[in-house]
Amino acid sequence: MSFPWAKNYEPQQPLMKWLDEKLPLPRLVYNAIGAGYPVPRNLNYFWNFGVLAGAALVIQIITGVILAMHYAANAGVAFNSVEHIMRDVNSGWFIRYAHMNGASMFFIVVYLHIFRGLYYGSYKAPREMVWLLGVVIFLLMMATAFMGYVLPWGQMSFWGAQVITGFFSAIPVVGEPIRVWLLGGFAPDNAALNRFFSLHYLLPFVIAGVIILHIWALHIPGSNNPTGIEVKDEQDTVPFHPYYTAKDGFGLGIFLIVFAALTFFTPNLLGHADNYIPANPLSTPAHIVPEWYFWPFYAILRAFTFNFLWIDAKLWGVIAMFAAIALLFFLPWLDSSPVKSSTYRPLYKKFFWVLVADVLLLGLCGMKPAEQPWVILSQIGSIYYFAHFLIILPIVSRIERPLPMPNSITEAVLAKHADDKSAATA
Amino acid sequence: MASESEATATIEDGVRRRDFINIAAVSFAGVGAGAVVLPLVAQMNPSADVLALSSTEIDISAIASGQAIKTSWRKQPVFVRNLTPAEIEEANRVPMGDLRDAETLADRTKPGKENWLITLGVCTHLGCVPLGAAEGENRGDFGGYFCPCHGSHYDTAARIRKGPAPTNLVVPPYDFTSDTVVTIG
Repeated sequence: MSFPWAKNYEPQQPLMKWLDEKLPLPRLVYNAIGAGYPVPRNLNYFWNFGVLAGAALVIQIITGVILAMHYAANAGVAFNSVEHIMRDVNSGWFIRYAHMNGASMFFIVVYLHIFRGLYYGSYKAPREMVWLLGVVIFLLMMATAFMGYVLPWGQMSFWGAQVITGFFSAIPVVGEPIRVWLLGGFAPDNAALNRFFSLHYLLPFVIAGVIILHIWALHIPGSNNPTGIEVKDEQDTVPFHPYYTAKDGFGLGIFLIVFAALTFFTPNLLGHADNYIPANPLSTPAHIVPEWYFWPFYAILRAFTFNFLWIDAKLWGVIAMFAAIALLFFLPWLDSSPVKSSTYRPLYKKFFWVLVADVLLLGLCGMKPAEQPWVILSQIGSIYYFAHFLIILPIVSRIERPLPMPNSITEAVLAKHADDKSAATA
Repeated sequence: MASESEATATIEDGVRRRDFINIAAVSFAGVGAGAVVLPLVAQMNPSADVLALSSTEIDISAIASGQAIKTSWRKQPVFVRNLTPAEIEEANRVPMGDLRDAETLADRTKPGKENWLITLGVCTHLGCVPLGAAEGENRGDFGGYFCPCHGSHYDTAARIRKGPAPTNLVVPPYDFTSDTVVTIG
């Protein structure tokens, strides 16, 4: 698609020729994820996670459509209909556990995909649009996951809906009317449950649409690679099929093994026991906590415990939490270093790993109750998170002295190959 | 030939008939599209049956001094507390300057009924139900209510004293219909 040496689609059978003239769909697939897409020859296993995220979305859509055949989105019977799926529907327990854990698997691979992009500078020119669309997908995933978690109408579902829609009431003046408008009532109830179900069914298809744009934008410059050096000529690339279809197939196998282990052996490991108690609007569980993939952002939300600059603590928390994600939209312009890969950025590489540790710390703080020392740790973690993107990254990209870089992907690969050989003979 | 002369005639005064038709048609379509959006947005607001639940009667005769009950109004929890004289005194002793959301106990109760504190049981932070209404629950550092979700402490007049909540627990509109019956809403 993007390089002049890309293989051209040439149908052999008369039927395929006929189809290519009327609707060149096989040609589109061939050029997008077939032999017609030349890809850098040196991709490592971190490049599997995009395909794995796509596989996770397909699994979620298939299991979700099936669950919707048995689920009833009514506050009176929703909880019981989920129990009906678990106990009465043939293989219902398997489909629901797969959908529950599929959401976690989706977030695991997407987080790895995001950090891969951060480590290898995949967000930089000429791939800014790929990154921006990725952040949009991430936001849509968060909205979808939240609304899906409300549907079983257990205690965590109900109080999660109460707390998350409560974010909007932090907005001055119009906040409370917006919250009531979103819920269709004064507290989460039937109206909210129904609209969340409707949107939970819709958004995955919107995500699929944005993924098509994400891949389209990717195919214009072509994939990044571990050296961060752009493709220069044909010897730097191999066709996507069969080279990366095979490599992704292997990764998919590992992914499915982990997924099956979670689903069959510890299906409730990542869930909360409280969500097997039916929703009770008059009693809040002692310890409300979101699903693990929201923990870092939940910690940032709770980090503000004091009013500051005439804005109250509640609004600060909500602003900070949304800003933590919105910040990612500006990343391609906050990092001005022309070198993409951390392999050649000794200083950035160190701060990258500090950021990873910081996000893990925030995740831990988000899981723990709002008590010391977790409050102070989440405050430190939140300050560092913002400092990384707004202070450290712009400075590092100006003062850093990158390591010498090879002239091309092929040169880097051959040098590594020669090193391995001399190490083997020595 | 006729259309050509017509075209030159209209160009002279700067406005083409086709421009006018274009702007008029697109504007009309825009107004129509805008009008259609209104019901699509409005349908999200609380429906008539949800609004119909907006008034609740409570019998308070069984609540002894120092006790509280939890009831429900518009699907939201409501705390009805019969304050003890010590709690009233404690609430009145607090200087206004110490309060994040300055209100006296008298502002938050009905005249002559200062011992009846009726508030929504919805934390003004993010909407959890604070503890303290039932016997033996944690009532926080100020002896009123305590929200376990994010650690907001309310005093004996259910005013915010510590933690992330911005305002006091909300006092819903209510009236004493008799000495022992309260109508909320």
